[in-house]
Amino acid sequence: MELALIIEKFILITVVFALSLVVAMYSTLAERKIAAFLQDRVGPNRAGPGGMFQPLADGAKMFFKEEIIPEQASKFLFIAGPSLAILTACTGSAVIPWGDAIAVAGRIVDLQVTDINVGILYIFGVVSLGVYGVMIGGWASNNKFSLMGAIRAASQNISYEIPMGLSIIALLLVTNTLSLKEITAQQHGWHWNVLYQPLGFLLFMICSFAETNRTPFDLPECETELVGGYHTEYSSMKLGFYLFAEYINMFISSAVMATLYFGGYNYPGMDWVNNLLGPLWGPLIGVAVLFLKIFVFIFFFMWVRWTVPRFRYDQLMNLGWKVLIPLAIANIVITGIWITISDKL
Amino acid sequence: MMVVERKNRMKSLTNKKKVLEQKPMNFWERLYLPAIFQGMAITFMHMFKKKETIFYPEVKREFSENWRGMHSLKRDEQGRERCTACGLCALACPAEAITMIAAERKKEEEHLYREEKYASVYEINMLRCIFCGLCEEACPKEAIYLDGNIVESDYLRQDFIYGKNKLVEAPFKA
Amino acid sequence: MNISLFYLVAFLSIFFSLLVIFSKNPVHSILYLIITFFTFTIHYILLNAQFLAIVNFIVYMGAILVLFLFVLMLLNLNKDSEPLKSNLLKIIGVIGGMCLLVTLVGSTKALHLSNPVVLQTQNLGLVKNLGKVLFSEFLLPFEVSSILLLSAMVGAVLLAKREPNNV
Repeated sequence: MELALIIEKFILITVVFALSLVVAMYSTLAERKIAAFLQDRVGPNRAGPGGMFQPLADGAKMFFKEEIIPEQASKFLFIAGPSLAILTACTGSAVIPWGDAIAVAGRIVDLQVTDINVGILYIFGVVSLGVYGVMIGGWASNNKFSLMGAIRAASQNISYEIPMGLSIIALLLVTNTLSLKEITAQQHGWHWNVLYQPLGFLLFMICSFAETNRTPFDLPECETELVGGYHTEYSSMKLGFYLFAEYINMFISSAVMATLYFGGYNYPGMDWVNNLLGPLWGPLIGVAVLFLKIFVFIFFFMWVRWTVPRFRYDQLMNLGWKVLIPLAIANIVITGIWITISDKL
Repeated sequence: MMVVERKNRMKSLTNKKKVLEQKPMNFWERLYLPAIFQGMAITFMHMFKKKETIFYPEVKREFSENWRGMHSLKRDEQGRERCTACGLCALACPAEAITMIAAERKKEEEHLYREEKYASVYEINMLRCIFCGLCEEACPKEAIYLDGNIVESDYLRQDFIYGKNKLVEAPFKA
Repeated sequence: MNISLFYLVAFLSIFFSLLVIFSKNPVHSILYLIITFFTFTIHYILLNAQFLAIVNFIVYMGAILVLFLFVLMLLNLNKDSEPLKSNLLKIIGVIGGMCLLVTLVGSTKALHLSNPVVLQTQNLGLVKNLGKVLFSEFLLPFEVSSILLLSAMVGAVLLAKREPNNV
């Protein structure tokens, strides 16, 4: 491996990491602002112009709060829980193609940290690992409510991974590849996968709401029943890590949805723009378009949170097993028939 | 069973009651998605509505006419304290928040107190007070009114016992 | 470099699998098992079997062990509620252990240094090649195993379902 490539990847990883942290940070502000707007309020507006520095203030508060570890808790696992949650949240961004290859100083730079052969499955694996942070933290707290939250998180994540995987299978029938880079390249212009897989997208979206523990699927931390769910016993930056991991997860899953179904960095008329602006600025516009799509999805996540009430636990399970899984299987069958017919024609 | 019996016995006097019929949901209703999108449209519309927030320290909401806030002990037209320490307010107070010590007016104090007797100490415990306004009603001299502001927060319980220095209204200036 | 990495990962997987057996707290031993499976994933990656690696990652680490952990969390395993082991069980355990030891010692006699496995085709583990092999050469075993899984699933549903007259 040449040195330039290592430096290039290093810079890319740093930028992606920093970006996802910044986006997650400002998502906390956006969440409060959007909640306020949807309820005819103004939201936090004292720290800085329009509340711009509110996330910094919140972060500083988190750092300076007292750190409490319960006496009966398993100390190592109590610390390992939030660390694992934020670690798994951050590693998901490695395979997402942030943009087309750009030409900088005579080098072609891929705006993707690594293009592994099984990109989608990698994300799937990281997502499925994310539940360990919640489970370990909830168990180590040695508290009934935390344990209930952890157990709910585990059963919810496993139940919703299945329809998620099935909806991805239908997508793979269309794309014929697992690599996210190729999937994005196939959706050039306006050939977005959502046009071929509307039902699959709907299923995937519902499941990603469940996987990120967002309302209406936020039963693991449901405060009306479980105090704070799995993070009842947490305080200070450990609590901050859990909350932060949720926002990073939201960012990553928005990026995945935008990449898989909404064309990633592709947009109608991109060839014309690329010819106009050249091989550096053209793809960078694509990156901006991808981020626009991501922000729309993040807004959608928050919009749903402040509209739809939480499911009851049996409703959650019924929806997962009796509605989403049959629908996902039907989607696979329909997609298979459609592909066979269109191949014959 | 109880409910059914009561329904038969009790007849509504007016015809305003509407009987709600619960039909089984049709396909679109069972999908829930239309209802969800409807709800989301409603919340989205609220983004553009007028914000109801009042920016508190800078802007204050007006109190209503019958608002009862902090007590104030009134003075008469010549700036003399009206209170005569009769103790009716303390007697009327359901929370027993008011205490006072009466004193006799001296010759040279006639410009300070209206009656021969006055309250040398008058204390209201704001943590006990329930702002019911019964003291206001009990007062024969129209000396106490709950027309003040919101009682301010503080750190110590003893600081909530307001004496005359906080309660008596400022001397009238012509 | 690859060989030394292999030995490091192999050491780690043996180390953690020993910890699985020796740790007293069952939840800890499940967590060690997760790490053990993670080292297996690294082994697969070293063999360039990306698909197997990721499937091991998702299915074993992400699903099956979550369920293990789930079940263990529901058990309240305090020290005083541990079941007493009778002497008979201890004796049986000792005999079983001795048998295993004898077998292991016997098997070391047949041990000889094997040549490191050399992959015939470097990209065998990639999805495309694996899919081709599975759906042409090994189609029958593949389908039979899928029927096996289906029957297991039907059995599980049947067991979980209450009898209608008991409701």
